[in-house]
Amino acid sequence: MTDFLGVVTTRHAYALFVLVSAIGLYMMIANENLVKKIIGLNMFQTGIFLFFVTSAYRIGGAAPIVEHGAGPYVSPLPQVIVLTAIVVGISLTAVGLALTIRLYSAYGTLRADALREVIGDE
Amino acid sequence: MSDAVLPLLIALPLLAAIFPPLLGLRFDQTGWPVAMATALLVAVLAGRLAWAVSPGSGGPRRFVHELAGYPAPYGIELVGDGLSAILALLIGVVAVAVLVYARTTGPDSDAFYSGLLLLTGGLLGMTLTGDLFNLFVFLEIVGLVSYALIASSDDPRAAYGALKYLFLGTAGASFYLIGVGYAFVATGTLNMRDMAAELAALGYSDPLVQASFGFILIGFMLKIAIFPLHTWQPDAYTYAPDTVSAFISALVSTTAAYALIRIAYDVFTVQFFAANPLITDAVLLVASVSIVVGSLLALLQTELKRIFAYSSVAQFGMILAAIALQSETALFGAVIHLVGHGLMKATLFMGAGVLASAYGAHTVADYAGLAKRAPITGGMMAIAGLALVGIPPSVGTLGKWFIALGAVEEGSLGVAAVIFVSTLLTLTYIGRLLETLYFNQPAATDDDPGVTDSVDDVDDGASMVADGGDSSTATGIDDIAPVATERVVVVVVLALSTVALFGAAGLFAELLDPVFGRFFQ
Repeated sequence: MTDFLGVVTTRHAYALFVLVSAIGLYMMIANENLVKKIIGLNMFQTGIFLFFVTSAYRIGGAAPIVEHGAGPYVSPLPQVIVLTAIVVGISLTAVGLALTIRLYSAYGTLRADALREVIGDE
Repeated sequence: MSDAVLPLLIALPLLAAIFPPLLGLRFDQTGWPVAMATALLVAVLAGRLAWAVSPGSGGPRRFVHELAGYPAPYGIELVGDGLSAILALLIGVVAVAVLVYARTTGPDSDAFYSGLLLLTGGLLGMTLTGDLFNLFVFLEIVGLVSYALIASSDDPRAAYGALKYLFLGTAGASFYLIGVGYAFVATGTLNMRDMAAELAALGYSDPLVQASFGFILIGFMLKIAIFPLHTWQPDAYTYAPDTVSAFISALVSTTAAYALIRIAYDVFTVQFFAANPLITDAVLLVASVSIVVGSLLALLQTELKRIFAYSSVAQFGMILAAIALQSETALFGAVIHLVGHGLMKATLFMGAGVLASAYGAHTVADYAGLAKRAPITGGMMAIAGLALVGIPPSVGTLGKWFIALGAVEEGSLGVAAVIFVSTLLTLTYIGRLLETLYFNQPAATDDDPGVTDSVDDVDDGASMVADGGDSSTATGIDDIAPVATERVVVVVVLALSTVALFGAAGLFAELLDPVFGRFFQ
């Protein structure tokens, strides 16, 4: 029991990463609305960012601006990774939404199943 | 040679991508010259890199460039060795070929040429980087530009194909990122060489390391389009403009497969496979299924571009199988097949593009008797198709031969059998195409405004001689809708290159020798 509590109190962020990513991925696959698919994709990626940020956390860690005797520091590398990945994610969302707008103006629907029917996808 | 050629190869196309829209503000038609000049320069630089790492130059066989002068474990390093030089050269050559082909077909906009340059830069980045997260960034650059280029067709279905690719491609890249995250948490480094040492110290049966490899593998399987995860690929290749189909089918999956080889053998190393037989067997199984099902699906298609797309699923299954075989011979075959498949698919898609714009031929049925009217393009597609089957002499033979030989050497007779079966299936769908192309009569209801149709039936022998003569390259196909000669010339050159590379096994071996020496020490 104490072991379980220990996991919940110290590792809850990792559980949250799995939960958020899985919900996002499920939403991307199962929801037929293209905009909601894109939201799901964003959620999936956000879960991954959470994992990276959490992995860098340490109790009592200071911001990595080096001064004498001010350590220990938090590793800045995962945060840089997340920053880059956020930029990539935004570009992806933009391209995805642009394609969605084009599909909407061509077929007048946002639903993937309706599109499949119109296009005759297998 | 200094190692400065490595950052130049990446930075040059990325920087040049700014110029087509910028110059487009003042001048017309600047996109193509800028893109062409850059692609030529890239091809020359890649050639220099290949020469520098070859034994003939007498220099070091591996070049490392530390970006911004930060030393390796902290900064990002670019690595040029035999393996990456081969890929860089392939990217340069295909980029030049596609641009020559694109001059008259377009899509003729500055944004298109910018996209093509960005894609070239991204692919070169994936090829040359020695850092796992940097690879992710380039993977996403390649992905983003691919989605945009596929959607550049006038057909709104292209946007559907691109969006499907976007969802699956992004999921793939995100899985890769999770895998890199796990490996980073396990080792505390992102540099490939550094991580290889850390992983060896950590042990390959650590669950975190196994999970990391699993996520990276799934991510790349999505990007490469291995069977259950291939669903984006046929739509993307079919609905994209012909130019883009040729470029993407030749290079994007190829470079992702290269990155998987690099990570599997340079970071996780062959000992990882030896320590995890379950993972190895699972990969072999998935790859075998992909080979057979990809070939079967290709057999069921009627649309030409779809046939070629599903055929890629089978060919990349073969490359994945070669990765999991842990055999030097098979991996050698995989690298040759990467290059060969890229050239063959570029030829086939460009050839299909020529015939589509000349005769409006999109399905196998449309190809009936086309060889009489387009002897050159038809013949070149036949050559590339036979190379895809693996008929010697062609680069397709070499790749398949070494992969199958490696499988036999490792005692994986099942994989060898699967490759054999897939070859027969490939022969079936290529054979059907060739039969239609050469022996079927064109449909009587042909409503083309062709003037030569009546002549064709009476004395096709004479018209064959007139068309197929050595001097006139494009006369066979300019009777319906004129097609620029250079498009046909590109198809001819690429098709002949797939034949010529049959003799290049020794060249590949010389370039890859030190790399494989490190992989299989």
